[in-house]
Amino acid sequence: MITVENLTKSYGEVEALKDISFHIDAGKIFGIIGPDGAGKTTLFRILTTLMMADSGQATVDGLDVVKDFARIRHCIGYMPGRFSLYQDLTVEENLHFYASVFNTSIKENYYLVQDIYKQIEPFKKRRAGDLSGGMKQKLALSCALIHRPKALMLDEPTTGVDPVSRKEFWSMLQRLKEQGITILVSTPYMDEATKCDHIALMQKGRLLSVDTPERIVAAYPDVLYAVTGDNNYRLLCKLKENKEVKMCYISGESLRVIFHKNNVPAIEGVEIRQVAPTIEDCFIQLMQ
Amino acid sequence: MDYAIIVEELTKRFGRFTAVDSISFEVKKGEIFGFLGANGAGKTTAMRMLCGLSIPTSGKGSVAGFDIMNQTEYIKRNIGYMSQRFSLYEDLTVWENLRFFAAIYGIKDKEIERRGVRVLQELNFYEERNTLVKDLPLGWKQKLAFSTAIFHRPGIVFLDEPTGGVDPLTRRQFWELIYQTADSGITIFVTTHYMDEAEYCNRVSIMVNGRIEALGSPANLKQQYHAESMDNVFQQLARV
Repeated sequence: MITVENLTKSYGEVEALKDISFHIDAGKIFGIIGPDGAGKTTLFRILTTLMMADSGQATVDGLDVVKDFARIRHCIGYMPGRFSLYQDLTVEENLHFYASVFNTSIKENYYLVQDIYKQIEPFKKRRAGDLSGGMKQKLALSCALIHRPKALMLDEPTTGVDPVSRKEFWSMLQRLKEQGITILVSTPYMDEATKCDHIALMQKGRLLSVDTPERIVAAYPDVLYAVTGDNNYRLLCKLKENKEVKMCYISGESLRVIFHKNNVPAIEGVEIRQVAPTIEDCFIQLMQ
Repeated sequence: MDYAIIVEELTKRFGRFTAVDSISFEVKKGEIFGFLGANGAGKTTAMRMLCGLSIPTSGKGSVAGFDIMNQTEYIKRNIGYMSQRFSLYEDLTVWENLRFFAAIYGIKDKEIERRGVRVLQELNFYEERNTLVKDLPLGWKQKLAFSTAIFHRPGIVFLDEPTGGVDPLTRRQFWELIYQTADSGITIFVTTHYMDEAEYCNRVSIMVNGRIEALGSPANLKQQYHAESMDNVFQQLARV
């Protein structure tokens, strides 16, 4: 559904994308996982035909992002990172506007947005600018969907959103996927990686890894341990000075530690047990 | 026991809407206190009252030893504040930012010079002191913003989602800085949407619809809610 080959883009001296290649199968959820400055938004702007790459090619549904930009715009739905609906139009007016731009009506495609839109429908006469963050997000998603796109491109839809609303949002995406829509979604939250079929870990314009979340975790090269003591901060300072320790960092209620040659020393008053790495551990490993 | 924050039945109403509904809690000196809640639960409103930026409708309390009803100017002078959105002036250099914020809090030039150099050296920023803040990587900006927020040595510092958008390694380095600061006696009051960061706090509170529904150490809350992680505790409480 989406192919990206050797994409490169610079802003002056800053290389935002460095030779990026991957492809996305139809009907899948593909996650771009990375912090601010990774190049996620630049990639979205190129794929949504809003910006041209310096070199390389990309296609969406077999259409070239440069030559066929006008046709691509009809078959994708885009939700940019910043809320970009009309703040002084009402909820209903926004949705109606986006439907009419694409020569369709709310009625025709209501079944597709129903699940999401009905949650904000009680406020349909309210101006979009007066909605809460979560409601704005639902309206933006409804507007991106109303012309029945083949592919949805969502740039950081959950940034700054609390864990409960984030979970709800991902269930909505799962239901859209079941309708056959291909979804490209970016996020800085590593725990959301496991909700995707495939993920690309991205940092400073480069892809660190592209695969299924399971295979990325399976490829973790070291043995990782959870180490717990009375005072994790003091323990961390102590471990950093220990020559047996290759890497250590805080992680939730314990520390994560990798030992040189997997030689696990005995440390008094400290519990050490082997743990499976998460996507976040993999990201930290790949950043080195 | 000395407290950095004590509030009793703190309430804030906007017209007929009750944003903060009679919350009571204390934060001990030197504690890392996580202030959690869903979007719209009332966290920002509560935090604005604690920072002396908004007068409560009712209730009482003190922050850094000053009354939140009638000593707000003293509160502002004796706390530190850092948010993800507004932290530093992008078109000033590293040093100019540090000097500007320190001077606002009334610190003398000589003192700024002496301590500023040391602070920048500890962060390995000294070489970058004449770099414009807009040219720094995000992770550096956040560390600098934090150091600026505690430069006047407040008793307590309020951090509003301080780690949004940074990579996982920088996020952890930032928390090491928080630990180090708490270890030196400064109280930390922090909001976050990362539930692993909730585990780093000594105690956390979870706000739901203007009320504090749960308060305790991460270990106690997990036990109380039969949950494996703070994420699970949060999901149980905040889903309405």
